[in-house]
Amino acid sequence: MMTAPDKERLFAALPTQDAPAMNRLRARLADDAQREGVLDVAYRTLDTPVGRILLAATDQGLVKVAFSVQDHDAVLRQLADRISPRILNAPGRLDETSRQLDEYFAGQRTRFELPLDWRLSKGFRREVLTHLRDIGYGHTESYAQVAAAAGSPRAVRAVGTACATNPLPLVVPCHRVVRSDGTAGGYAGGPDAKRTLLALEAA
Amino acid sequence: MQPFEQIVTDYGPMVLRVCRAVVGPHDAEDAWSETFLSAMKAYPDLPSDANIEAWLVTIAHRKAIDVTRAAARRPAPVEEIPERPSDAGRPEDWDGDLWRALKALPTRQREAVAYHYLAGLPYKEIAAVSGGNTDAARRAAADGIKTLRRTYLRPAEQREVAR
Repeated sequence: MMTAPDKERLFAALPTQDAPAMNRLRARLADDAQREGVLDVAYRTLDTPVGRILLAATDQGLVKVAFSVQDHDAVLRQLADRISPRILNAPGRLDETSRQLDEYFAGQRTRFELPLDWRLSKGFRREVLTHLRDIGYGHTESYAQVAAAAGSPRAVRAVGTACATNPLPLVVPCHRVVRSDGTAGGYAGGPDAKRTLLALEAA
Repeated sequence: MQPFEQIVTDYGPMVLRVCRAVVGPHDAEDAWSETFLSAMKAYPDLPSDANIEAWLVTIAHRKAIDVTRAAARRPAPVEEIPERPSDAGRPEDWDGDLWRALKALPTRQREAVAYHYLAGLPYKEIAAVSGGNTDAARRAAADGIKTLRRTYLRPAEQREVAR
């Protein structure tokens, strides 16, 4: 019977962790999976003035944007359940999204031109979110105005829910929907993030 | 189900050690890449109670055979094993002496040693992966370790004394 220290010594030359090799292998796996059509969801994180955000894309387009307060690990598990568990940290697919977001936060971009995958939003919520894209940079609307524009003036609370569950915040600008009294109201990224975005766009 | 990224994080380093021990430094990364690409394709159908180590080692076992066969067909392979054990501390330069000693083992023993001591698989699982029965797997691992201690550890100790 071999003792534990003996075993450790025998295989000590084989590192248990080899970060440079693993980085190489991860990049190669992302490329191979993309080429073979099995990279169902690619993601990366991006550091922004509203914290570190998670960006995820299918081959159709951007499918999820999440703030760090939403717990990125939990978000990735949800994506595994709702879309596919074939998920890799593979930044390449999100290069263009990251570039446009960087420009937005630098005040150099007022609208996003990106393919979007809407599959995480359905029914009335999706109608509401589609309408949000008509609220221009630097403008705001009240929840009641959005409800009216979506054809259901009494559905103010449902508009609030649609905004709260927006799978694509920032890009689909739910931060431009505010309370009728002019205060910012709730936000998936937290009230500070919403105020930061409104201040950025007002500048 | 866990995102596949988590499987890479949790088991990638272990599978790399197994590949290095079974096919050597030159072909290990090819074997690893083939293993994880194949695993990713099959992952959505993996039963939720599956033993992930055993599943990955089973795939790695098949891919190691493929990679070894492909390497054998390559004309005049370039030997990239360092002449002396690396003292430089670069983890990529893992000890060529260990690979030389592993390579000298019969394949079945080398696999049994790697699957048991590096992947932590019980002998029953090893028998399921590489064929044969549990006793044969246990014997192969014991014989392999015995030989390694003689051919690899002993010379290393002698070098220590000689310094």
